[in-house]
Amino acid sequence: MAGVEMNMPILIVDDYKTMLRIIRNLLKQLGFDNVDEATDGSAALQKLRDKEFSLVISDWNMEPMSGLQLLKEVRTDMKLKELPFIMITAESKSENVIAAKQAGVSNYIVKPFNAATLKGKLTTVLGNF
Amino acid sequence: MTAQAAKHAQVESRLAALGRVPLGVDPADIAEVVESVLGSISGDKSGVNLKLHEDISALADFIRSAKADITALRADEISTKFIPAASDELSAIVGATEKATNEIFEAVDTIEATSNDLAPEAAEPIAEAVTRIYEACGFQDITGQRITKIVKVLQEVEDKVASLLEAFGEEVPKTATEDAAAAVAEPAGGDDKVVESDGDLMNGPQLPTNAMSQEEIDALMADFG
Repeated sequence: MAGVEMNMPILIVDDYKTMLRIIRNLLKQLGFDNVDEATDGSAALQKLRDKEFSLVISDWNMEPMSGLQLLKEVRTDMKLKELPFIMITAESKSENVIAAKQAGVSNYIVKPFNAATLKGKLTTVLGNF
Repeated sequence: MTAQAAKHAQVESRLAALGRVPLGVDPADIAEVVESVLGSISGDKSGVNLKLHEDISALADFIRSAKADITALRADEISTKFIPAASDELSAIVGATEKATNEIFEAVDTIEATSNDLAPEAAEPIAEAVTRIYEACGFQDITGQRITKIVKVLQEVEDKVASLLEAFGEEVPKTATEDAAAAVAEPAGGDDKVVESDGDLMNGPQLPTNAMSQEEIDALMADFG
């Protein structure tokens, strides 16, 4: 458990409620219970500005504000720019990965994914838990 | 100037006029020009001209046939009946899979609540199975995105058919595709090095043959350091 606070506040962002529930449950299985949700980038940005979070896990393909736009907003916000940001998306083209990396994404998970992949990326971004 | 030379000059003038039309050519005009060409060579049927006559005649027949076929497509039905019906069916698939997924979630909640009362050695395999169920339910998200892509393709087909009919002089209903395209927002800015717009990058799930694996994505991410 060294280095990672399991009660850290995590914001998950996806326009599919079933996917929000899947990610929330997988995080719960991994020991993370303090999870909040948003259904698009603009709602997520508002929550990030209203409350302190330790990690964002976001889908890409959302309207009106996409996950990439959210990432760019986060990286240009003085208070949020260091926030770990993991993209979980069905967008699996190399140009998507490159665009996300150039925008400052911490890690990138392609859907469909499993708990082991999620745990591996969380470990890479947050440290061992 | 002979009568035939005058006819040729008239045809060339018509063709030049058609070439200046900025947004396509009315097929009726093309057919008329073809008929004029046929008429202009009717008095001189050498071997070459006979072949030309046959080719142009076939072209005229093809244009008439294509016009009839495309007009018979009934763009109004495509716009008001076929595309909406197909979209409704596809939306129903999304709704049904979402409903089924939620029912699975409800059942899993019951299993999880029940397993809380079990000894750890009995509860652990149940928790692992529950995790696998949640992982598998990701299909609903992928299915929904794939179907959304299909609906967009249908709208594009609708637009193409409407454009064809407009070229043949038929009035066709407007479609929502232009609005949908306009609704794709530009990125909020921040990184000039991104080569494509956010709208261009939102393509949804790739077919397995085109998709990058998680391992390939990891390697690409690692390349950036």
